[in-house]
Amino acid sequence: MLIPPLDRKMFRDLWHMRGLAAAISVVMGCGIALFILSRSMLHSLELTQQTYYDRYNFADVFASIKRAPDELINRISKIPGVAIAERRIVVPVNLSVPGLDEPASGRLISVPDVGRPRLDQLYLRRGRWLTPRSDDEALASEAFVDANQLEVGDTFSAVINGRMKELQIVGVVLSPEYIYEIKPGGIVPDNRHFGVFWMNEEALSLAFDMDGAFNDLAIKLMRGANVENVIQRVDYLIEPYGGLGAFDRRDQLSHQFVDNEIEQNRNMGLFAPSIFLGVSAFLINVVMSRTINSQREQIAALKAFGYSNLEVGWHYIKGVLLIAAIALAIGIPAGAWFGWLVTRMYARLFHFPVFLFRIYPSVLVAAAGVAASAAILGAIGSVSRAVRLPPAEAMRPEPPSGFGPTILERMGIGRFVPPIALMVVRQLERHPIKTGLSTLAISLAVAVLVIGNFFQDSIDYMMNAQFHWVQRFDVSVATTDPVSDRAMYELASMPGVMRCEPTRTVSARVRAGARDRRVGIRGIEPQSTLYGLVDMDGRETPLPPHGLLISKKLAEVLDVNVGDWVEMEVLTDKRPKRRVMIAATLKDFVGLAAYMDLEELRRIMLEGQVVNGVNLEVDPAYQDALYRELKETPAISTVMVKQHSIDSFNDTIAKNLGVMKRINLIFACIIAAGVVYNSARISLSERSRELATLRVIGFTRQEISSILLGELAIVTLLAIPVGLGLGTFFAWWMCTAFDQELFRFPMVVSNRTYAWASLVVIAASAVSGLLVRRSLDHLDLVAVLKSRE
Amino acid sequence: MAITAPSVETVFTARQITKTYHMGEVDVQALRGVDLELYAGEFVVLLGPSGSGKSTLLNILGGLDVPSSGEVFYRDRQLTEFDDAALTRYRREHVGFVFQFYNLIPSLTARENVSLITEIARDPMKPVEALGLVGLGKRLDHFPAQMSGGEQQRVAIARAVAKRPDVLLCDEPTGALDVHTGILVLEAIQKINAELKTTTVVITHNAVIAEMADRVIHLSGGEITGVETHSRKRPASELNW
Repeated sequence: MLIPPLDRKMFRDLWHMRGLAAAISVVMGCGIALFILSRSMLHSLELTQQTYYDRYNFADVFASIKRAPDELINRISKIPGVAIAERRIVVPVNLSVPGLDEPASGRLISVPDVGRPRLDQLYLRRGRWLTPRSDDEALASEAFVDANQLEVGDTFSAVINGRMKELQIVGVVLSPEYIYEIKPGGIVPDNRHFGVFWMNEEALSLAFDMDGAFNDLAIKLMRGANVENVIQRVDYLIEPYGGLGAFDRRDQLSHQFVDNEIEQNRNMGLFAPSIFLGVSAFLINVVMSRTINSQREQIAALKAFGYSNLEVGWHYIKGVLLIAAIALAIGIPAGAWFGWLVTRMYARLFHFPVFLFRIYPSVLVAAAGVAASAAILGAIGSVSRAVRLPPAEAMRPEPPSGFGPTILERMGIGRFVPPIALMVVRQLERHPIKTGLSTLAISLAVAVLVIGNFFQDSIDYMMNAQFHWVQRFDVSVATTDPVSDRAMYELASMPGVMRCEPTRTVSARVRAGARDRRVGIRGIEPQSTLYGLVDMDGRETPLPPHGLLISKKLAEVLDVNVGDWVEMEVLTDKRPKRRVMIAATLKDFVGLAAYMDLEELRRIMLEGQVVNGVNLEVDPAYQDALYRELKETPAISTVMVKQHSIDSFNDTIAKNLGVMKRINLIFACIIAAGVVYNSARISLSERSRELATLRVIGFTRQEISSILLGELAIVTLLAIPVGLGLGTFFAWWMCTAFDQELFRFPMVVSNRTYAWASLVVIAASAVSGLLVRRSLDHLDLVAVLKSRE
Repeated sequence: MAITAPSVETVFTARQITKTYHMGEVDVQALRGVDLELYAGEFVVLLGPSGSGKSTLLNILGGLDVPSSGEVFYRDRQLTEFDDAALTRYRREHVGFVFQFYNLIPSLTARENVSLITEIARDPMKPVEALGLVGLGKRLDHFPAQMSGGEQQRVAIARAVAKRPDVLLCDEPTGALDVHTGILVLEAIQKINAELKTTTVVITHNAVIAEMADRVIHLSGGEITGVETHSRKRPASELNW
């Protein structure tokens, strides 16, 4: 005989309970699939990002300068540790794009007239490279081209040095430097209204008066070079020319966003699978307890014949390992497929020119290990009971367990409760651990739904806060260089402008001891009404008359408290250095912000009434006319229309969130249905004798199903508050885990989310309860009573 | 045919064994000081009403249970000193069990139920041979659910004897059977005892069955109340109840 008889028993036992085994395998398979998905996506994204960076020579250090002579680049190249230093001209421009009424903004970057850039190389997706010496051709970023439905050969206009110039898109490109194209000051990409373009250097240097000079540089380091050291030396060299302070990849916006996205997956990726594996361990526990109870006499026989405890235990463990193997067989291909889909989605979102999908063998090994552990964890309790069972005792049927007065009776209301309800309550009280675990398992389904919707709640709240409480303006414009605040009058006279408020933002390094961060310090008027300093809870913080108001996160990063003094080193203009006090902190959502009274900032900058940004309140009726004028105003480099940010956000993030919510819904239903179906099936088989007896003595089908379903209903109802609590806890935990420099999620769970999670789980429970109730109708009374349990 | 005599080798010796069960909140005294000797090759019937301690005694002899006090020897080895692993080895090597409710594995066929034992025994028969002994050579691949109670019990006997045990312990082997099938089962047991010279202990509360035995030990209230020795054993086929 090839297969030992004990193994045959295992296969046939499993086949006998294939419904339950399948339900468990599916739940566990979901966990495995999620595990494989998250790991493969994480590894693939990291690999893709790394490969993209390597192949296209993504720089390590970046710096902007006001205007530096070409000769400076040679000195920078000689800094120890620098492998390649490349000069560029980078300028912000206002755009007029066909099919777009409102102004868009862009960034023009120079490429050598002859040859290609050595760093941050471009991948030519479509079209051709620039004709040498052409000054009316541009390569455009794919995200922008796609968002505006432009094609190679189309033209758009840019305000170049005060004159509208028509440019033709000759090629569509991707750059490792702009994987995530985000407008300075923006919080979500708005590809319709912001694009990156590359033009011949000669054309740009003539237009922007950069002949023999440059204003931006990228540096590739040698392997093992000391980044801090290089940054320090670069800063020293560029400072006389208006250097804005060099920074490494960590502060490079696109890289920061991509890394942030990958990082989030690293944390989240382990959370969801653990819920599924936990639930499947519980289901295995329930099923194995039942199986082992019903096989007491078989176990006794095996032991009587001399099978050792180890052999008996291993026999059952093998059974659950087989369930885990089936789960792996479902989960690995499903996870690989989903992983591929989601990774491809990301690759498209990020416009990666390369797409590498990898599932490392170590991930498969880990998946197998995790599945096996969950299975063994679930089975170990009942298996060890089976192992410890003395054979002579196993021979006798299990003695009736001690029932006692229930909570209802102890409370003195037992008399008023019908006997069926008492049976239900006694049954639940008799198995407190089992009842508790069932409750916990169903509550996890509730929690999954709460978490799924929590993200929506949190982002809705965050966006509402950002777009309505903080950004109370309709349009915000920024100028290329600081201008006299007389420009305000000009703006105020534009069509539809109802109110203007000046801002002055300077790039600065804020230093506290050994810690420092580059931030934009925004000077605003204390009585400002178009920009609100509002924290996560919606509380408005007044702008302190002196010192800095900074994000709580920035205070954390710098390890400073209110009242501490920091060094503020401005990186533009006269580059003043001052010690300023942290006057207040603000628990905000996005980025690392720093605010200061406009007048104080101007004093520090040693400048007069200048501004470099204006927030506008606009009458919507005149917005088109306003946009036309703004487009043609040369000094303006960026126009941010709030409504476009909202639309763009709703188009991208909201869509992805919708997909996530649907996936969550399916998973939560699988958990809830799996748990309820299992519990119902098991209690049906455990109690078929009792229920059949009740039928025989005259109870109706309705009455006996209310015993069975009553238990499940109580467990489900108990599970809901627990699940809502758990979900809220997980949400809080995730807020803490996602507390990053780029984004902080507010801890907001709406009542709608709570109601939704409860209703879905009740519905899933009801459906699976009714499925099992159908088998109650087919209960064979005679057969059940005759068979000896 | 040699009748058992004191000169014959002693297989089991029990001295003053007692057993108390804690059933929930009550203590049940199943055995109250039993002394007993069983000899090689003999056919012994333990006769007594329900609750007289028969099964407890059998379980203790078979190494399924341990007495609360007293000593039990299997040949020259003291079972009461064995730990769990030693008891398992003892059962694996020396004891064959037949239970009232057969305790077959429902998911295994007759042949597979027997090979469950032949897998782990040192010098087993072939499953087919064991099933042939009990007259089931033609029902090898039937599952328990496809067989009558008598057939199931005979599979259980085949399973018990396939390892060529030194002792065969049968707990109410006909308890769940009608007369006709019960006799078929008893014939099988008698045949094993005669042909394989296996020391055989059968528990019953059916006095008729006692007529097949070399010795009948009466139990009541956890004590041995009498022993009778038969000079002539009746073949199972002659029995009727």
